[in-house]
Amino acid sequence: MSEQLIQQLVNGLLIGFLYSLIAIGLTMIWGVMNIINFAHGDFLMLSMFISFWLYTLYGLDPIFSIPVCTGLLFLLGLLIYKYLVSKVMTGPALAQLVVTFGVSIFIANAAVLLWTPDFKMIEKPLLTGTWSFGTIQLSIPKVVASAGSVLVSLALFLFLRKSKTGKAILATEMNRNSALLMGVNTDRVNALSFAIGSALVGIAGAFLSMYYYIYPGVGGTFGLISFCIVALGGFGSIEGAFIAGILIGIVQTLGGYFFDPAYKYAIVFALYLVTVWIRPQGLLGW
Amino acid sequence: MHGKRSRILPYALTLLLSLALTSAGVAADKVIKVGAVYPLTGNIASTGLDCRRGVELAVDIINGKYPDLNLPLAKDAGLPNLGGAKLEIVFADTKGEPKNGQAEAERLVTQEKVVAMIGAYQSSVTKTASQATERLKIPYVCSDSSSPALTERDLKYFFRVSPHDAIFVRDQFNFLRDLEKERKVKFHTIAALYENTEFGSNVGKQILKVAPEYGYRVVADVSYAANATDVTSEVGRLIKASPDVVMHASYITDAILFTKTFKEMGFNPQGITTFAGYIEPGYLPAVKGDGNYFVIRSTFALDLAKRKPLVAKVNELFKKKYGIDMSENAARSFTAPFVLADAMNRAKTTEAEAVVKALLSTDIPGDQVLYPWIGIKFDPQSHQNIYAQGTLVQIQNLQYVTVWPFDSAAAPVIWPFPPWKSRK
Repeated sequence: MSEQLIQQLVNGLLIGFLYSLIAIGLTMIWGVMNIINFAHGDFLMLSMFISFWLYTLYGLDPIFSIPVCTGLLFLLGLLIYKYLVSKVMTGPALAQLVVTFGVSIFIANAAVLLWTPDFKMIEKPLLTGTWSFGTIQLSIPKVVASAGSVLVSLALFLFLRKSKTGKAILATEMNRNSALLMGVNTDRVNALSFAIGSALVGIAGAFLSMYYYIYPGVGGTFGLISFCIVALGGFGSIEGAFIAGILIGIVQTLGGYFFDPAYKYAIVFALYLVTVWIRPQGLLGW
Repeated sequence: MHGKRSRILPYALTLLLSLALTSAGVAADKVIKVGAVYPLTGNIASTGLDCRRGVELAVDIINGKYPDLNLPLAKDAGLPNLGGAKLEIVFADTKGEPKNGQAEAERLVTQEKVVAMIGAYQSSVTKTASQATERLKIPYVCSDSSSPALTERDLKYFFRVSPHDAIFVRDQFNFLRDLEKERKVKFHTIAALYENTEFGSNVGKQILKVAPEYGYRVVADVSYAANATDVTSEVGRLIKASPDVVMHASYITDAILFTKTFKEMGFNPQGITTFAGYIEPGYLPAVKGDGNYFVIRSTFALDLAKRKPLVAKVNELFKKKYGIDMSENAARSFTAPFVLADAMNRAKTTEAEAVVKALLSTDIPGDQVLYPWIGIKFDPQSHQNIYAQGTLVQIQNLQYVTVWPFDSAAAPVIWPFPPWKSRK
């Protein structure tokens, strides 16, 4: 009993760290620009496919394709911001809402067209297998992915607090007009945030591709959960998203184990609703 | 930029015009429009595509002349009693959602003017789509959904060719009982693991109902959401219950995820018997060797060709058209167009009431179907094919091999499954 409890807790943490990394990218875009990136899950899928094709065509292991996925997704974020999102930033709110939705539909359908809806999996990644500690099983790729998520989140945190660009991003997030008055180039901050947000989900995709199946619809549930995490953590709060991601991972696995697995997402969304009811701004929002 | 665009424009126009002209040409011939609702995008789009291939090949055979195929209407071009009229399938995408199944079925009938319906693979979608056709008084022949509830509704226009899950569940218990006799083993405990929509929860219900009849105790009853991103808590529950045998009803994404998680968490029951997901064509390419040994309910396997030459001939045509072997899904969806065309041909009309009457007197012999059935004949009340039955296949060396009933097995079943740690 207690062994399974520890096992479930560990599994919850392992999926939670990854949720955090996915959600941090989303919350960053929201915080700076007040734009919900509906294509976030599709970005995750794209990154997984990049990792898959690098492996299939060039034999590059997913652990080494992390920089490529990060770079390409950064570029994608930059281009989408420059040619689509920035055009509607001053437009009506509805246009801001639907633009990323359109991007999402476009990417998902293009992926079906290009790569068929079939399921793919990286066959023999370097990191595979499990560590056994007594009866507790730890999946090696999941542990590495979790450690990576924590490191990346930490690095982002330091970047935002210590570097000048990071401070400019935070300043814009807090008050766009004041930041503008202080000489911050807010358009550049927007572009950078969108690109960093995309790059973060790119890293998550590369990690996920080590042990998860890949197909054009893979971003769906991950995307949905990351919206929930962002709202739970507080819109725009990076620390909030980090904590909320872990919380949701644990609630999901323990809820599934102790109650009924059929309701584990219901429990997750109930937790979100209760939090919003008590603290509408989310755990660490303001 | 502008130069390029002006060069593309005439081509695009020509293409559009020629498309418009060809469709006008088809309309001039005598065609019978049949609607087909399938999940062509979304979570299980790969399955929908596979069903679509089966339907398209069936229509090729009905519309063309295939004198050496022993299938209804294969020898003549089109439907001879309707002046050689050809079938035309109008596909619609359900995205795997029951609400779209209903909306698309309604659209196909009211706007595309189809005279009959087939599809929709997922039982939950078939349920809503067939409710729509029932209201609109359009015959619906389904050969790819397996929820028993579908033929317990006493619908007038809905017919099912394939076996349903109550039959399949009993097959799996009979398999276990036969195994006990043959191998001198004894099973005591069963776990029911199933996704929580129409299909899975009905299988779950049947397992819970039937297990006591066979003297097995159900020690875990685990239902879950098929789109879950992580199933470690589900497998944790199974490990805690430690059953002799697990029966798992899944779609494809969850089948892949569970296979990986079983391995990762080192879950080793004596064996796992399964429904649906594990036999999808996308399953084995994704999990490779980890898919070995799973036992799956089936109506079709290519090794049937040894006893049924028709299977080899149809698979040859399939392979020529699509470059891959025919899968169970394609084989199941393949049958509905024949049953429908056969009924229309005998009715000599596409008028709904006459077609329903003809469907009720359908009697297709076993040698004209792709599966090891007695044939096709509908129960007058439920409209379920009374001659449908299932088989079990096992994945052995990355091949689906028929293992039960034992007297028609292509190879003996490998049981108990080797533990994960001892596999390569």
